[in-house]
Amino acid sequence: MITIGLLHSTIRGDEKLILQAAKKRKVNIMPIDVREQVFNPGTYKINFDIALIRTVSTVKGTYAAQFFEEMKVPVVNSSSVTRLCEDKFYTSLRLFQKKVPTLKFSLVFNLEQAVAAIEELGGFPVVIKPPLGSWGRLLAKVNDMDALEAIIEHKEVLGSPQQKAFYIQEYIKKPGRDIRSFVVGGKVICAIYRDSPHWITNTARGGEASNCPVSKEISRISKDASEAVGGGILAMDIFETSEGLKINEINHTMEFKNSEHPTHVSISGAIVDYCIKTAKKI
Amino acid sequence: MKGICPICDAGVTLLGGTEESEIISCSDCKSRLVVQKISKGKAILGKAPVIEEDWGE
Repeated sequence: MITIGLLHSTIRGDEKLILQAAKKRKVNIMPIDVREQVFNPGTYKINFDIALIRTVSTVKGTYAAQFFEEMKVPVVNSSSVTRLCEDKFYTSLRLFQKKVPTLKFSLVFNLEQAVAAIEELGGFPVVIKPPLGSWGRLLAKVNDMDALEAIIEHKEVLGSPQQKAFYIQEYIKKPGRDIRSFVVGGKVICAIYRDSPHWITNTARGGEASNCPVSKEISRISKDASEAVGGGILAMDIFETSEGLKINEINHTMEFKNSEHPTHVSISGAIVDYCIKTAKKI
Repeated sequence: MKGICPICDAGVTLLGGTEESEIISCSDCKSRLVVQKISKGKAILGKAPVIEEDWGE
């Protein structure tokens, strides 16, 4: 029987749902806290068949994914998918290269280039994001030059080296919501609307989830985006724009606990099934 | 299942199905706690880790 190693650094509601789904399917699943591991390839004893990376810490998850791949254990999501999706600039570059509709973007390292980049993007407002980060944290909607100067100065003085890479994205006026689709093994299993009066619609920031029927257009762009970054278990953040749907970001350790109820889809069950299928293939 | 809050010493009752490494709240002082160990029907609770810059999905 196949055993799934559930690599985590905190058990969230999402991981509990995965544990419950595995139990329901009578699948062995072993929670492994990465913080308690010694990743020494000469001594590490592997007693599971597939590693499911579910760490809330991106850095720890990336190291774990690389380690287990080198140890010849199948890993979901793979380290290459993780690296692409953990960094917004890398994700955007890949989507651009693969011609998947996405927002206009640039990356710069100082104010002078930021001004030039914003001009190229069509002017203010724009959104500045840390390339690495999640849950809608440290996003800034920049409406004018004064705000731009202040934000860049603060980042230059107070930020870590990562914060000094300025990922700039065109601002899209959303219809009070965005769409999140869930893609498992290349199949779009469900989607939600995230409604919020705030321009940041993350559920972590109070956005409310409701079912979003998966249209052909949602299915197409979600599948294309999944394929572009290498597939696996992914959540697509999609904006409805005047030019059609566009991918905003891709999440490789997706949170879904608020999405099973409105969609009536067992996302956790789909994750477990995908792990079993992947482990059996190898 | 019960544990002791390391911040305020209150007894904390854990819901059924609580897992090790799960984040919970103390019902008394509202501190965020982590379930460090579950053994023989008792839970050892610690102060929850602070959210870090790389946390997310």
